[in-house]
Amino acid sequence: MMSNFWSMGGYARYVWPCFGFAGVVLAWNLWAARRLLAGARLRSARALAMAAGDVR
Amino acid sequence: MWTWFYKLASPPYVYGVAAALMPWLLGGAALAMAYGLIAGLAVAPPDYQQGDAFRMIYVHVPGAILSLTVYMVMAAASAVALIWRIKVGHAVAAASAPIGASFALMALVTGSLWGRPMWGAYWAWDPRLTSELILLFIYIGVMSLRSAFEDPARGDRAAALLAVVGVVNVPIVHFSVVWWNSLHQGATIVKLGAPSMPGSMLWPLLSMWLGFMLFYGAVLCTRVQAEVLNRERQSAWVREAIKS
Repeated sequence: MMSNFWSMGGYARYVWPCFGFAGVVLAWNLWAARRLLAGARLRSARALAMAAGDVR
Repeated sequence: MWTWFYKLASPPYVYGVAAALMPWLLGGAALAMAYGLIAGLAVAPPDYQQGDAFRMIYVHVPGAILSLTVYMVMAAASAVALIWRIKVGHAVAAASAPIGASFALMALVTGSLWGRPMWGAYWAWDPRLTSELILLFIYIGVMSLRSAFEDPARGDRAAALLAVVGVVNVPIVHFSVVWWNSLHQGATIVKLGAPSMPGSMLWPLLSMWLGFMLFYGAVLCTRVQAEVLNRERQSAWVREAIKS
């Protein structure tokens, strides 16, 4: 039963990489967006600190 | 009545709304995709012609539809920014471009993996495939143009102009299978008339489509927050925003 599922009727070599690639793209989107936001927050905090004159 | 619309031109308002919506959109996307994946991979019956290979539809079609939908959002936001000089429009367009490019790449790669067992080739210079590849190049062009100028405002305007002009490719991608002889099958769900699939195959597909739309919304909210912060770094409201 499970081996039938994983073999995907003989198309496993196409079906699983297809879903795997889609998963990688979705994960990259989430990771890259969060990284971008963290970077923007950091730069904004630095700019505000510089404006306030408390940067060492 | 239109107060909410005018508020969308306000960077602090958009930043707050995006921050509040993001977790809900991501949660909804996770639920819709979980149902779509389980029902699509384990419950839907194999196709009578394509067997289990047809299951690639559950990521290929939502990815392809989103590559066009995101482009429409990017072009509309660019037009708003150009016509009414609303800076948030440029932020939405800049946030959408990499997401749309990734969906176009997903559509091409997953389509290529589906094409090999069905057509006997990973790639063919078919009208649908070629126009989708051009869509990816337009996305890359928009992103490159935005970062090619030292003055960010000029980069925004040039990228917005290219995004608006490039919208001509969207109907070409969609109708390529109607206008020209194509290896690619015709529209399955985005068409006039009833979808050409039984419910047991259709519902997981609709669920994946919804999941991808909500996922785009979640990632767009995160990226728009970053774009707004980068553009409004010197504003007073940013101090409060980054503390929260």
